[in-house]
Amino acid sequence: MTASPELQREMLRQMQTIRRFEERASDDYHNGAIYGVVHCYIGEEAVAVGVCSALNKDDQIISNHRGHGHCIAKGADLNRMMAELYGRQDGYCKGKGGSMHIADFSIGMLGANGIVGGGLSIVTGAGLAAQLEGKGRVAVCFFGDGASNAGSFHESLNIAARWKLPMLYVCEHNSWAANTSSRMTHARDDVASRAAGYGIPGVVVDGNDVLAVYEAATDAVARARAGEGPTLIECKTYRWRAHTERPGAADPRPLEEIAAWMAKDPIQHLVDDLKQQQGQYSDAEFQALDDAVMSAVAAAVAFAEASPFPAPEAALDDVFAD
Amino acid sequence: MSVISYQEAALQAVAEEMRRDHRVWALGEDLGRGGVFGQYRGLLEEFGPQRIADTPISEATIMGASVGAALVGTRPVVEMRFADFALCAVDEMVNQAAKARFMFGGQARVPMVIRQPSGMWRSSAAQHSQSLEAWYAHIPGLVVVAPYTPADNKGLLKSAIRCDDPVIYIEHKDNWALEGEVPDEADYLVPLGPARLARTGNDLTLVTWSKMVGVAEKAAALASLQGMEIEVIDLRTIWPWDQELVFASVAKTKRLMVVHEAVQVGGFGAEIAATVAEHMAHVLTAPICRMGAPRAPISYAKPLENQLRITPEQIVATASRQIGH
Ligand SMILES: Cc1ncc(C[n+]2csc(CCOP(=O)(O)OP(=O)(O)O)c2C)c(N)n1
Ligand SMILES: [Mg+2]
Repeated sequence: MTASPELQREMLRQMQTIRRFEERASDDYHNGAIYGVVHCYIGEEAVAVGVCSALNKDDQIISNHRGHGHCIAKGADLNRMMAELYGRQDGYCKGKGGSMHIADFSIGMLGANGIVGGGLSIVTGAGLAAQLEGKGRVAVCFFGDGASNAGSFHESLNIAARWKLPMLYVCEHNSWAANTSSRMTHARDDVASRAAGYGIPGVVVDGNDVLAVYEAATDAVARARAGEGPTLIECKTYRWRAHTERPGAADPRPLEEIAAWMAKDPIQHLVDDLKQQQGQYSDAEFQALDDAVMSAVAAAVAFAEASPFPAPEAALDDVFAD
Repeated sequence: MSVISYQEAALQAVAEEMRRDHRVWALGEDLGRGGVFGQYRGLLEEFGPQRIADTPISEATIMGASVGAALVGTRPVVEMRFADFALCAVDEMVNQAAKARFMFGGQARVPMVIRQPSGMWRSSAAQHSQSLEAWYAHIPGLVVVAPYTPADNKGLLKSAIRCDDPVIYIEHKDNWALEGEVPDEADYLVPLGPARLARTGNDLTLVTWSKMVGVAEKAAALASLQGMEIEVIDLRTIWPWDQELVFASVAKTKRLMVVHEAVQVGGFGAEIAATVAEHMAHVLTAPICRMGAPRAPISYAKPLENQLRITPEQIVATASRQIGH
């Protein structure tokens, strides 16, 4: 299914929001307002947005350590996200989690996760619950090429395939896991081919083409809702920034490789598509969109700054039910 | 003697042992780029990709394969990157590595070192900050080591690599840059087991390990200004632990405090406190005191994270109550 012009504009807004939000988060990390670990998704925006555009609000997703894009694409509130990065009371996790643990259960975002491969089995449980409840909900896992080498990947796909769970396993194949190239660690570099072993479809898409991602996701969601079981979608993409924002962190990736992928900017790709398809999308329109996004990000920072730090005693709350 | 960092000390230990014994090799994620903390820097160049093996993110199989490679005669150094990630491989450590020698009636041995950088570091939150030494101390068959000084990190890591049993080797992530004097001789070893007397004093025995040794030393310096002399014991090997040194110190000071970064409940401090109580209750002039973190996962925001940390001031306040008792 192709996306309507309105939906395409909404996708563009979301992708630009992810990018501007993270540019700000990165700046604020380097100036000390944000600490801990921040992993940026810039360059991969089309994956989260393309997939989540094919979902309903009550469908559920799970994320990994690189979660800002998944949150924004599922409809999370920028203010509460930024407040969490700032470690404030009004953050999604009341300052307990930080970047690596943002979750919004009210919109079906089951959490970023600090354990690589951790999300795969958990979200398989959400798929199982969706099947038990029978309301047509689907569950989606976002994970990296690196995570595809964890045992939980294989165990989850086997169970989901065997039980025909309503699921999408979306591999964000950016060719690197921290500082190691996937070529050094994968028996076969592509991940989608593994689907054959479990008897489910394994689809490869250009992860920098949001419309292609959307189409693949739409098909997989239809399959899942029809009771035909899970799909593995491998999105070929690339992160523009180093693995993490740690100051002085090494980035062993070749500069030419980074440059080649930056030339395939997913946002520019959609802008070009819009211009071409409709002949009416103008730079001025994009500028207006970016202005709106920038003020939303500025408002999120203002919200975060105005939010108090949590009271120290709160460190002991939320461990158990009251 | 040279002044080097905790990280450099560990690097030298692995390099020296790899030169000395061709059966020693290391594996883990990102080792080819020097490891996440630079603690393997340059080793790929010297030893090549077979002995400095870059693995996929497959902790369970990294650990299980190391157990197998150890069973058949090699000596793996397994890098788990963060102690938290080793939890993906608990079966291989606890059901397999720890038990093989015993279950197979002494036929098998599992000479491997499992490096687990631990502790609170740069506000890394609940899944990247844990101190779990007590879990491993609970498992028969595992040796558990937690060095604080650069010299110990070198000497104990070398001993761990030469040990014929599986060693859980806990380095504190906040210690990598810590500098100290380290002997230069190639056969500098610190034996597994004996504790280190970090500071002498007559009023109170404080037993601790890992990064908390530094905090305890600060506390002891502050206490001294107030006329209280705290004896600080750096346990450095958690299992087997040095009862002899601890008992001798308590016999002198007649008071015991145990401090660790890990959660206080069920922490290894409880084992030390109970053992001293069993054997030395009659000499104690004050109740034994334990200090550890509250039983809560570790938070991200600084005010929350700080709530879980033990400070020198808290130690001094507790010590003065104990000494005044
Ligand atoms: C179980 C576990 N092992 C290792 C890590 C350290 N780590 C965090 S992210 C990462 C790389 C993940 O790569 P990938 O899955 O491809 O995701 P990407 O970062 O490329 O988005 C690693 C090794 C971890 N957090 N958890
Ligand atoms: Mg990757």
